[in-house]
Order: sequence, then structure tokens, then C-alpha cells
Amino acid sequence: MPDLGQYATSVLSAYGIGIVLIIGLTILSLLRAVRIKRQLKNIENRHKKDG
Amino acid sequence: MIAMLRRDLALAFRSGGGFGLSLAFFLIVVMFVPFGVGPDSGVLARIAPGILWIGALLASLLSLDRIFQLDFEDGTLDLLAVSPLPLEGVVAMKALSHWLTTGLPLTLIAPLLGFLLNLPEGAYGWLFVSLLAGSPAFSFLGAFGAAITVGLKRGGLLLSLLVLPLYIPTLIFGSQITTLAVDGLDNATALAATVAISLFTFALVPFAAALALRVNLR
Amino acid sequence: MSIWEYANPTKFMRLTDRVLPVVTVLSVAALLTGLIWGFFFTPDDYKQGSTVKIIFLHVPAAMMAINVWVMMLVTSLVWLIRRHHVSALAAKAAAPIGVTMTLIALFTGAIWGQPMWGTYWAWDPRLTSFMILFVFYLGYIALWSAIEDQDTAADLTSVLCLVGSVFALLSRYAVNFWNQGLHQAASLSLDEGQSIADAFRTPLFVCLAGFTLLFLALVLLRTRTEIRARRISALIARERLA
Repeated sequence: MPDLGQYATSVLSAYGIGIVLIIGLTILSLLRAVRIKRQLKNIENRHKKDG
Repeated sequence: MIAMLRRDLALAFRSGGGFGLSLAFFLIVVMFVPFGVGPDSGVLARIAPGILWIGALLASLLSLDRIFQLDFEDGTLDLLAVSPLPLEGVVAMKALSHWLTTGLPLTLIAPLLGFLLNLPEGAYGWLFVSLLAGSPAFSFLGAFGAAITVGLKRGGLLLSLLVLPLYIPTLIFGSQITTLAVDGLDNATALAATVAISLFTFALVPFAAALALRVNLR
Repeated sequence: MSIWEYANPTKFMRLTDRVLPVVTVLSVAALLTGLIWGFFFTPDDYKQGSTVKIIFLHVPAAMMAINVWVMMLVTSLVWLIRRHHVSALAAKAAAPIGVTMTLIALFTGAIWGQPMWGTYWAWDPRLTSFMILFVFYLGYIALWSAIEDQDTAADLTSVLCLVGSVFALLSRYAVNFWNQGLHQAASLSLDEGQSIADAFRTPLFVCLAGFTLLFLALVLLRTRTEIRARRISALIARERLA
């Protein structure tokens, strides 16, 4: 950890928020992608079964 | 098209609600400011132009969803869309009628409400001029928002969320006209910008709104 | 083989099947490299101390916040003119990414400002403009959610994006005018643009590349999701008719 001096809280919280937001967005995007993919597969299987 | 304008005006006056409601709302909002920030006349005088602008803007918002709603529901809008009148002209007339029944009365009453907020001496004239120059933008941009949300059940709140950001340039330049004048500074740029924005919305927004209406009428 | 080939959803899915993993890896690499380099291996600034390190998040996020909106504007125009569904869905997919970038810019900007201005928030023209951009993004996203018919939603949000872009630009001028008029001290600007020392320039570029690649990866992922979601609606609609 570099010596951040008196600004340690500022710099760390800025990086903290930035990283949290990026990771949060990525996770939400992935979760939605997985969910929709699964839903689509279910519906398409239903259609295949009904012919 | 003039006939259309007259019809809309007649409808607005007959239904009564919108016209008086906006003025009453404006009054109440202005009254709320001293309740909210304290009765110190120095503070009130400083923020008066901005508050009056915000109050007029919000009051103008109230009757926006009515611009197209009734005609949309009873099918008149469909008829207007296929009539020889250009839909852009219909939009312009409706926005104009909104301004005549809401924006203009609010502009006229604003100096009176200025008394309640200790508006400084030289500011009354500028306040009136600035609202006169800027309120048409509120009506026309509002018509755009109304055109986008006309099909929606509870479109009122969404309408506000969509339209209020569009009001920001007009609000900034318009309120600055008075504030700068009070401080003894040159407000020509602000005035020019406000007028320019209003003219711009008058000229171009009907096209965007008509596009949105056609989409919603499909 | 023109780029319009990929307007076809199936072609798009197949292309991104191969491209997405690569972009993801590249973006993670660039982000990690840039941020680690910037955080650990750059000197402090003479005036701003270690807070200058915030630049590596703030500047790329701010640039992306604007670039994403511009991308949405372009894809909205493509939808309106050429009716390519992938384009409309790409705009829809990009918006939440833009919101996040704007939030990062706002938060890091405010935190950076605290030691410099003594307050977490100041109506500095740049921060104010980003606040306004944030609200424009919100309206756009809200409109997509409010409309059932996807084509109607695509049309209306595109028009909103168009009109919004004009007024977002107008707001920028208005805000600059508005802030000047208040005779604020000139030291409020976080003007990192012109006097970036060489030590900062390269890691900053790497971070910029990382953020751009991140956006690319996320927007491709989200667009694929939107395309699938659209297919689901179509299948459900067909079930109802049957």
C-alpha cells in the first residue's frame, strides 16, 4: 500500500465505490443473462415437445 | 388550424379544472417556500426569481397529460392524424393552447406572487419578460412529453421525469435574466438564450412530438 | 461483408459467441493493469497529494458516461432509419452501463472534491452536467420499462434519446453560463486535461482502454440477453395465439 498520507480515506473510498459499482453492474448483467438464457431454453424445449 | 386552436381553448375553459388549478398550485407552491426556508425577507428576496420560475414550471406540468389524452381516448386523434391537417400543426396548436391557458396566466400572475417573496424593486419587469420568453418552451416541450406518454395508464409521473430535464436550460437562462438584472449585471445573453430556446422548441419539437404520436397511434 | 450483416440477430449471436470471451479477457487485463499501475506505481501530485490517484477511475468513467450516451444516440438513429432490431436492443442494453459510469464519475468526483473544495458537493459545471446526464439516463431507462410493445418502446426511446441529446448539450452551455455568473473561484475546476504529467498519462490510457473494453464486453453481453428476452416474448405471444 503506497503512503496515501492524509487523503487515505478519500482515495480508498473512491476506489472502493468505483470497484463496487463496476462489479455490481457486471454481476447484475451476468445474473440477468443467465436467467433469461434459462427461460429461453425452457420455452424452446416446451415448443419442441409440443412439436 | 385556427379552428382547432379555438376548439381546444373552448374545451379548456369549459372543463374549468386545468386553468384555475394551475394558478392555485402556483400560489400554494410559492406560499410553501417561506414555510420551508423561513420568513427572512433577505433570503426570500435572493431566491424569489428562481422560486417563481420553479413554481411556474411545476404548475405548467400539471395539465400536460391532458393535451392529447382526451382526443387519444375517444379516437379524435386518429382522425386528426389522417386528416389533411399536418400532425405537426395539430401538435403546435395544442401546445399553443396549453400555453395560452396555463403558461400565459402563470406569467401574468407571477409578479403578484413576487410580492409574497420580497422580489426586489427592479425585478418585476424582468420577471414578467423572462417568463413570457421562457414559458412557451415549457408548453412545447411538455407537449413532446405528452405525445410520448399518451398511451400509458399512469403516464403522469413518467411524463414529469422525462420532461423536467428538458426544462433545465430554459430554467437556468430564464431565472438568470431576473437574478442578473437584480445584481446589476448584463442579462442580454440570458434573455437571448431563453428566447432562442423557445423559438427552437416551437419550430422543431412539433416534429418530434408528431413522430411520437404516430408511433402511439399505430 | 458489411457491418450491417450483423444486424441480423442470429449472425450477431454467432459473432458475439466468439468475440465476447476475448473482449472480456482483454478488458479484465487492461483494467487490472491500469488500475494497479495507477494506484501503486504513480507519484503524488504536488498540489493534490495522493488524491490524484482518483483520476484513474474518474476520468475514464466520465468519458464513458458521455460516450455511452453518444453510442445510444447513434444506435437509436440506426433503429429509426434502418429498423435493425439489434441496434435498438443495443441502445437499451447500453443505458444501465452509462448510468453506472455516470454514478462512478459523480461519486469519485465528489470524493475527489472534498479535500480540494472542503465539501463533498459543489455545483461545479462539470459535476452538475453529469448530474443532469444521470437524470436523462434515468428517464430513458424508465421509458423502456413503461411500454409493453417492444417496437413502440424502441421508437419512443429513440426519439427521446434524440431530443434528450439536444437538450443535454444545451444544458452543458446553460450550466457553464450559470456557474460563471455566480463569480465562483476559478480553482474549482478539476482540470486534469492539459497538465497531465507523463507519469500519469500511460496508466490513464490503459485505464481508458480498460473501461472501453469493459463497456464493450458488458454491452455485448446485455444485448445478447435482450435479444433472447425478445425471443421469449415472441414465443410467449405465439403460445397465446395458438
